[in-house]
Amino acid sequence: MTASPMIVVDDLAVHFGEGRDSVRAVDGVSFQVHEGESYGLVGESGSGKSTVLRVLCGLQQQWQGRVTLAGAPLPKRPRRDFFLRVQMVFQDPYGSLHPRFTIDATLSEPLAIHGIGERRERVHRALEAVGLDPAFRFRFPHQLSGGQRQRVAIARALILEPRVLLLDEPTSALDVSVQAEILNLLARLRREHGLTYLLVSHDLAVVAHLCSRIAVMQGGQLVEQLSVEDLRRGSAATDYTRDLIAASSGEIIAQPAQST
Amino acid sequence: MAALLNVDNLQVAFRGPRGEVPAVRGVSFSLGREKLGIVGESGSGKSTIGRAILRLLPDSARVTADRLTFEGQDLLGLSPRALRNLRGRHITMVMQDPRYSLNPVLPVGDQIAETLRVHGAGGRGRELYRKVLDILEAVQIRDPERVYRAYPHELSGGMGQRAMIAMMLIADPRLLIADEPTSALDVTVRRQILSILDDLVSRRGMGLILISHDLNLVAGFCDRVLILYAGRVVEEIEARNLHACRHPYSRGLLASLPRLEQPVGELATLQRDPAWLDGPVYRFGEEVSR
Amino acid sequence: MSETLSTAGWRAWLLSERPQSALQARLGQAWLSWNAFQRNRLAMLGLALILLLVLVAAFAPWISPYEPNVQNLRLRLQPPGAAHWLGTDELGRDILSRIIHGARITLYIVTLVVVIAAPIGLLVGTVAGYFGGWVDAVLMRLTDIFLAFPRLILALAFVAALGPGIDNAVIAIAITAWPAYARVARAETLTLRRSDFIAAVRIQGAGAFRIIGRHIMPLCLPSVIVRVTLDMAGIILTAAGLGFLGLGAQPPAPEWGAMISTGRAYLLDQWWVATIPGLAICLVSLGFNLLGDGLRDLLDPKRRGG
Ligand SMILES: Nc1ncnc2c1ncn2[C@@H]1O[C@H](COP(=O)(O)OP(=O)(O)OP(=O)(O)O)[C@@H](O)[C@H]1O
Ligand SMILES: Nc1ncnc2c1ncn2[C@@H]1O[C@H](COP(=O)(O)OP(=O)(O)OP(=O)(O)O)[C@@H](O)[C@H]1O
Ligand SMILES: [Mg+2]
Ligand SMILES: [Mg+2]
Repeated sequence: MTASPMIVVDDLAVHFGEGRDSVRAVDGVSFQVHEGESYGLVGESGSGKSTVLRVLCGLQQQWQGRVTLAGAPLPKRPRRDFFLRVQMVFQDPYGSLHPRFTIDATLSEPLAIHGIGERRERVHRALEAVGLDPAFRFRFPHQLSGGQRQRVAIARALILEPRVLLLDEPTSALDVSVQAEILNLLARLRREHGLTYLLVSHDLAVVAHLCSRIAVMQGGQLVEQLSVEDLRRGSAATDYTRDLIAASSGEIIAQPAQST
Repeated sequence: MAALLNVDNLQVAFRGPRGEVPAVRGVSFSLGREKLGIVGESGSGKSTIGRAILRLLPDSARVTADRLTFEGQDLLGLSPRALRNLRGRHITMVMQDPRYSLNPVLPVGDQIAETLRVHGAGGRGRELYRKVLDILEAVQIRDPERVYRAYPHELSGGMGQRAMIAMMLIADPRLLIADEPTSALDVTVRRQILSILDDLVSRRGMGLILISHDLNLVAGFCDRVLILYAGRVVEEIEARNLHACRHPYSRGLLASLPRLEQPVGELATLQRDPAWLDGPVYRFGEEVSR
Repeated sequence: MSETLSTAGWRAWLLSERPQSALQARLGQAWLSWNAFQRNRLAMLGLALILLLVLVAAFAPWISPYEPNVQNLRLRLQPPGAAHWLGTDELGRDILSRIIHGARITLYIVTLVVVIAAPIGLLVGTVAGYFGGWVDAVLMRLTDIFLAFPRLILALAFVAALGPGIDNAVIAIAITAWPAYARVARAETLTLRRSDFIAAVRIQGAGAFRIIGRHIMPLCLPSVIVRVTLDMAGIILTAAGLGFLGLGAQPPAPEWGAMISTGRAYLLDQWWVATIPGLAICLVSLGFNLLGDGLRDLLDPKRRGG
């Protein structure tokens, strides 16, 4: 059951631009994510992590390779019902909500698009699932804090009950106390709904907290996959990954002996 | 050592339809040629302090201070012209979100070249082009020639952030206020950016205010840290002692960090206490009642 | 006492941090905007002028002292006085009454132009901006062609083709007005289409036209409204210009531009015949300009606040 692959990416490549400005943003990436698994994607800035997520959710429609999502091949031009399977949460909670829509309108919109009824009840349930007081329903985004906005963004992604959630640095714009709340929330939602996560983050501690396997990207390629235990132990195959781990653990405050 | 920046009892309030809302409530600190970190939760007033120093707040903000001086000049009394001269030359700020600070319809390289020209460090033609490429390389951008011609939306989050930092460093300022400068960077690139900043502080005597909510980063990089809660400094501490901070709010922030070495099932979250709003504060481990 | 209490209750309801319904939330936002707008004196003056125009037009038959088109050749070219406050024209018609009835024509022209031109401009601009590529290229070349000609010349050409008359004048002016709005809407759309909240509705499966209509247009609307209000003076002047040239409203309709045109012959000796309608045009144009400036100030900080 848990071994059946939910996401299969095989030799994925994405090019941007032409001539001297062309760039292979993603260059032959392959990996698999099992159903109900939480998979982390880390790596250099500009190494193509966001681009992989954009391909998987249908935002980036120019790509080569083979991608399967929930058993069906990823269409080049996804139809409407494709989006019921996969949703994404963006990094910037300030830019990902429509400024003139109330929370209620933002959450009802996907239901309207797919002609799903019982909107009041569903919006209510979605707000409760992410731990927001339903009294917030008719607020505008600028009346919410960053953490509350990110909860709304997660509620919006979940309201269509997708099976895969793509998370692009969901907590890097939030402070640590709110980050902890959001990470707990994500962990709980995954347990309760059996979701599959693909998480991009620069913070190895965040990735290690949420994910069981981790892929490391560099220059558009996937250079290494490792388990979270390996990550914690620091046993990595490539220099780059070892460097990443060293840089992350050297900073930990709890170990004053190592800090300078 | 004469301080670069003196801030004494800084207060900022925003006039709104529901009355005046305080954002900064009596913040005092002084900054020498050192690295000062400001941490605190979202909305605690970190960016507002930076903007108040640069006088970049909108008209709806009321800014008062017993003292707000940069190298002895009173910042609150400066004429708009003197202010413009100061900003961008002697004090610069890396804004929190690079996507709103870069011009979306100009190639990134042209924007950097323009900054170079403004600061008279340009040269022309090929020389200018080479200089821009050098700057992009200095902030660890791999293919500077492509990035030179790219528009901001064609860059990854971290590349945009680095382009912003590059532009701010051209001015060779005496005080740099960096608002979340590395939030979109991976640890290895971040380390290199930080070492550039460190170099500027130790060699050129620049003052640096680093605004961040990354406690690890601040602890490892800064000299001194202010911990802000609801517009008030509730704790000031040497960065290397941050792990031993005493205010319950600071402790709560530390406790909510996920740690690579020590997995936990559920992360601790912060339980806020109304008494923090004007309870005792801590300075270098000692409790002081304001 | 009880009245102040109940207004306080209304205020609290409007400004509530946790509105109970979408209506309350929207009204609360509107109330905040109105409060900010009220603080702008000049904008309020502009609004007052426009409201005056609307009221005068609405109640024209009741407030005008005379019939606008009844001639009385014995009383021709009377200076302003007790019987005819603003004097009479070359056919002995009361100028005040004609100005009052002319307000209807002005309002008619302005409303129709807005109703035709603003939606066209908004649609063309957002579609061009959202799709980009060849759609953008074709639509924008088209608007460039229109923008390349001075407005009055273009309107003249259209009226010449369609034949004189007020409805044709409206169509001609509307045809010349939309390209500017398309430009504004396109510029706004270009920055909006890359934002995360648009990406978010795209991956919810929304089609292009739903995104443009429901998500992008409402955000472009404020700048188009500002542009239209600021443009209004130009529209009124173009209409007056057409009237002046005899290509707009036809006699004996009391159109302000046509009134100036006939008064021109008497400008030196009977100044009021041409000057009064000119003043009316100035006041209304000023009103729209002040209002437009005020709206722009109101909508700008919000955009910064994101
Ligand atoms: N629309 C685009 N046009 C041209 N190049 C692009 C575009 N989008 C991304 N790129 C390029 O693709 C590469 C990968 O970008 P991507 O955003 O996937 O990186 P990332 O791994 O998410 O980096 P970060 O950690 O900094 O967010 C970068 O070199 C970027 O310049
Ligand atoms: N222009 C403004 N008008 C009204 N209120 C404002 C304005 N700018 C900031 N505030 C308020 O001032 C407070 C402090 O905001 P500030 O941006 O300084 O927080 P911050 O500590 O930088 O948070 P973050 O970590 O989210 O960037 C917040 O409550 C905010 O809502
Ligand atoms: Mg990215
Ligand atoms: Mg901030």
